[in-house]
Amino acid sequence: MTTLDSKIPEGSLADKWTNHKNKIHLVNPANKRNIDIIVVGTGLAGGSAAATLAELGYNVKAFCFQDSPRRAHSIAAQGGINAAKNYQGDGDSNYRLFYDTVKGGDYRSRESNVYRLAEVSANIIDQCVAQGVPFAREYGGLLDNRSFGGVLVSRTFYAKGQTGQQLLLGAYSAMNRQIGRGKIKMYNRHEMLDLVVVDGKARGIIARNLVTGEIERHSAHAVVIGSGGYANVFYLSTNAMGSNATAAWKIHKKGAYFANLCFTQIHPTCIPVSGEHQSKLTLMSESLRNDGRIWVPKKLEDAKAIREGKLKPTELAEKDRDYYLERRYPSYGNLVPRDVASRAAKERCDAGFGVNKTGEAVYLDFATSFERYGKEQARIKHLDENDTKLVEKLGKEVIENKYGNLFQMYEKIVDQNPYETPMMIYPAAHYTMGGIWVDYNLMTTVEGCYAIGEANFSDHGANRLGASALMQGLADGYFVLPYTIGDYLANDIRTGPISTDLPEFEAAEHNVKSQIEHFTNNKGSKTVDYFHKKLGKIMWDKVGMARNAERLNQAINEIAALREEFYKDVKVPGNANSLNQELEKALRVADFLELGELFAKDALHRNESCGGHYREEYQTEDGEALRDDENFAYAAAWEYKGKPSEAVLHKEELHFENIKLVTRSYK
Amino acid sequence: MSGMITSSIARKVAMALSGLFLVLFLTQHFFINITSVFSADAFNAISHYMGTNAVVQFVAQPILIFGVVFHFIMGFVLEIRNRNARGISYFSYNGSANSSWMSRNMIWSGIVILAFLGLHFYDFWIPEIVHKYVESHPDDSTRYFGEMVAKFESPVRTGLYVISFVFLALHLLHGFSSSFQSIGFNNKYSKGLKGFTVAFAILIPLGFVFIALFHHFNQ
Amino acid sequence: MNLTLKIWRQEDAQSKGKIVTYKIDDVSPDMSFLDMIDMLNEQLNNKGEDPVAFDHDCREGICGSCSLQINGEPHGPDTGVTTCQLHMRMFKDGDTIFIEPFRAKAFPVIKDLIVDRSAFDRIQHAGGFISINTSGNTVDANAIPVNKHNADMAFDAATCIGCGACVAACKNASAMLFVSAKVSQFALLPQGRIEATDRVLNMVRQMDDEGFGNCTNTGACEIECPKGISLENIARMNREYLSASLKG
Repeated sequence: MTTLDSKIPEGSLADKWTNHKNKIHLVNPANKRNIDIIVVGTGLAGGSAAATLAELGYNVKAFCFQDSPRRAHSIAAQGGINAAKNYQGDGDSNYRLFYDTVKGGDYRSRESNVYRLAEVSANIIDQCVAQGVPFAREYGGLLDNRSFGGVLVSRTFYAKGQTGQQLLLGAYSAMNRQIGRGKIKMYNRHEMLDLVVVDGKARGIIARNLVTGEIERHSAHAVVIGSGGYANVFYLSTNAMGSNATAAWKIHKKGAYFANLCFTQIHPTCIPVSGEHQSKLTLMSESLRNDGRIWVPKKLEDAKAIREGKLKPTELAEKDRDYYLERRYPSYGNLVPRDVASRAAKERCDAGFGVNKTGEAVYLDFATSFERYGKEQARIKHLDENDTKLVEKLGKEVIENKYGNLFQMYEKIVDQNPYETPMMIYPAAHYTMGGIWVDYNLMTTVEGCYAIGEANFSDHGANRLGASALMQGLADGYFVLPYTIGDYLANDIRTGPISTDLPEFEAAEHNVKSQIEHFTNNKGSKTVDYFHKKLGKIMWDKVGMARNAERLNQAINEIAALREEFYKDVKVPGNANSLNQELEKALRVADFLELGELFAKDALHRNESCGGHYREEYQTEDGEALRDDENFAYAAAWEYKGKPSEAVLHKEELHFENIKLVTRSYK
Repeated sequence: MSGMITSSIARKVAMALSGLFLVLFLTQHFFINITSVFSADAFNAISHYMGTNAVVQFVAQPILIFGVVFHFIMGFVLEIRNRNARGISYFSYNGSANSSWMSRNMIWSGIVILAFLGLHFYDFWIPEIVHKYVESHPDDSTRYFGEMVAKFESPVRTGLYVISFVFLALHLLHGFSSSFQSIGFNNKYSKGLKGFTVAFAILIPLGFVFIALFHHFNQ
Repeated sequence: MNLTLKIWRQEDAQSKGKIVTYKIDDVSPDMSFLDMIDMLNEQLNNKGEDPVAFDHDCREGICGSCSLQINGEPHGPDTGVTTCQLHMRMFKDGDTIFIEPFRAKAFPVIKDLIVDRSAFDRIQHAGGFISINTSGNTVDANAIPVNKHNADMAFDAATCIGCGACVAACKNASAMLFVSAKVSQFALLPQGRIEATDRVLNMVRQMDDEGFGNCTNTGACEIECPKGISLENIARMNREYLSASLKG
């Protein structure tokens, strides 16, 4: 086991980034023209990085598996993006955003990275507004803010419930400009299937053209991975169907360490599972917790009656409802961080208070907000604020204005009108804080290979706060990577074009082709989805919201066995020389089957509860997470050694010089 | 500027403007015709004026002819392009779920109107031109009413006129309000305007139908 | 419920396609339409037949990947939803459902129900952006107040997901709603006004070059648009285009 060098610059926390930028090497504009960079993934991180690198003058090749960069799953982010603008004058600052993020992450993130993130957050908003992103505004024409879980200020900028869409379209428009100028060469419907490392440096990728099936070699002076997270290892998640960990896993196999896999976010407000047929879960934005109150019945018999359809939630008297988040966490109430809210929901449902047929749902109720907003509107409009009907109508209009699209989405899926009856929600896998280990410059342990956005492990520690994923993706892509990559590329100005005829390309291509051949020739009996569902079930049951050593050990064995069965018995119809969606899935699931095992292994080794990682053995008397700072204040980075069970652990000790480690309390 | 002639938007604006111009023409035509119901003399007087005034004959009439021809040719050009834009057609196409019959069949209502124009020219315009400019007749300011009434003696012709006006109504029901959208007029007044165009599209052709039937039954 | 599906099958871009009939039983009304096709594919897969290829990704109605002309309407009979959010409760036991790809010459079929919508990307390359570079030094986000009404309208236009339903619904396969949404978003914001003239001219030129049809104001696009993009945007683009042509 070695200690990792995270290359944190010298100086005080607030000066590190500025100092670093002042000292790193630059590439002159004429030389940038001779340097190629591959960017894999076109979400907020990949898209913004590709656009910015092209603006700087590099030749960018961007890859996405979707038919257009605009469809990357960042588009589905709903609630908002944080920035320490302090427009509301409520005492926000870079330090406070930094502090909230480190605390929210349960003290498992790197201070210097988080501070840098807070520092550039304000620039993101400026940049996006200049790009034409239509953020919500107040009547005076200035930007509006809302609050998110885990913080006490209003620093979240939003565009109704479609903030991710608007930000991604902003990055996409910046890309479009560069594609139009020829500075970005866009490879849509392409999947990266291997990293090519030459003399220890990342020099290219092998990609499959998903339309023709052709295996292509692409070379570059640096490779940037912005391919998102691995929550689809759970099969059922809020990720897109195509979201996958293949690019990240392939670089892991070529030497990039994978860190903190067990830090996975289970989002508290998702639409509950309705049946076996489901392949995908839908998120209801956390912003709903601004105005919705979460509850279950106080009495078991009421819960039972509701489950059996004998009692309607609206009929239950106020005194018979248990607003358990407000009860347990009076100071943050419904706005506790996601990990806390998710576990609390699971705790209530496990205790028998669940409210849907499967017993795995709690209510999110807007009745109080209808009244509060309705009265406010009545006063503004000089109407009768004692007219309950009118107040309710006005209140519903306000809510519709804020979350209309979410309410509509809920109604379409569940077939219940959330304006009339409370929503039902349940936690679901949503985001992965863990990811490829990167240093301060966002470089992985493979020289010249970078990881940005959700794909890396860096900024959120053990739990991510709401509206921070968009912030991190854009910070990495717009404002961090474009600087730090220059430091590395400054040594490459004399390298010239990289040939794709090098033996390393040959070998990587051969590798990819033989894996594909295995699948297309394997006349097994079970579909890819069969294995993916099975893996998902193991992950959710044994490596999900609450874990223990026994079940984790079982999971490790079961996943390894499942993987073996997969290679023997999977059936992939069709051939490799055309569009073949089953083959695409098979290649992705193959990687999830390895990743899942390492995930369980990481969860097993971390003998503490912290953030999204909750080990039943390590809890306080009242069931809160029990962290172990003495032994586990480090990032666990795993080195690939042939198979997941043999992965070697490397530690990056986390030093907290500006924040005192305390037990996270939202009470 | 070249886009002004060839671009899809320019063509559609041209379509709209020529259409609006034809609506104006139709309006004045209606008001002249309707006088025939009340007073043969007034009808004769206006017809004589229109038929002999140099500005009407040599400025307005060519513009009108150009407008008509342009509207039709452009209509066909756009229709061909639009049909090509689909490529392979749908097995199942449920157009009524999202659009009115009128809006989807402008080409057909237009073709019926074109056919009607042929008949109308054959009935009135060509004899008139021949009468005035090919053959020489003494100036007679009272002939118009009688010539017109004579045409509506035939029930077949009257029937064809009535059918044509129904198609004209269908054409106008979409076309009139649509032309405002094409020239970029869509705002809080659009709803009121739409009401007006619908009323116009029904009342004016109905008026023409009334005139035709009136003269048919008052032989 | 039990259904008969009539699905367009086409090997690849070069092949000729045809409608193939499938029977599917025990469909739950709570399934989404794509869950139902997943189920069909699982069955085809188990029988050793080639599953039906279709585009899909987020399955929450925002990425714009899914398409499908269902019983003659893009995204099917429900309003305000994409195919992935369409639920089987919209259909009845015994129904026959036609499933075809979005049809337009500018959207050639790649395989089965998958079409190539890169024409939309190329239209955006021609001008769907504001030409500013990334820097930490743009003006403060609140330096230019934006009238809330305009900001809201810009947002409404910007919610377009680029799925292509407007093209599929239009009897002329016109892309005007899509293009006008993008033109409108920028035209309504002070940041976008600076390049407004070139933007609308370039984007419309590219739209015409791609071979989309002409708008004849049938309004089908607005009704079928899963995001409810308004026809007002088309009128706005017409105005923008006219004034830009006269200027430039």
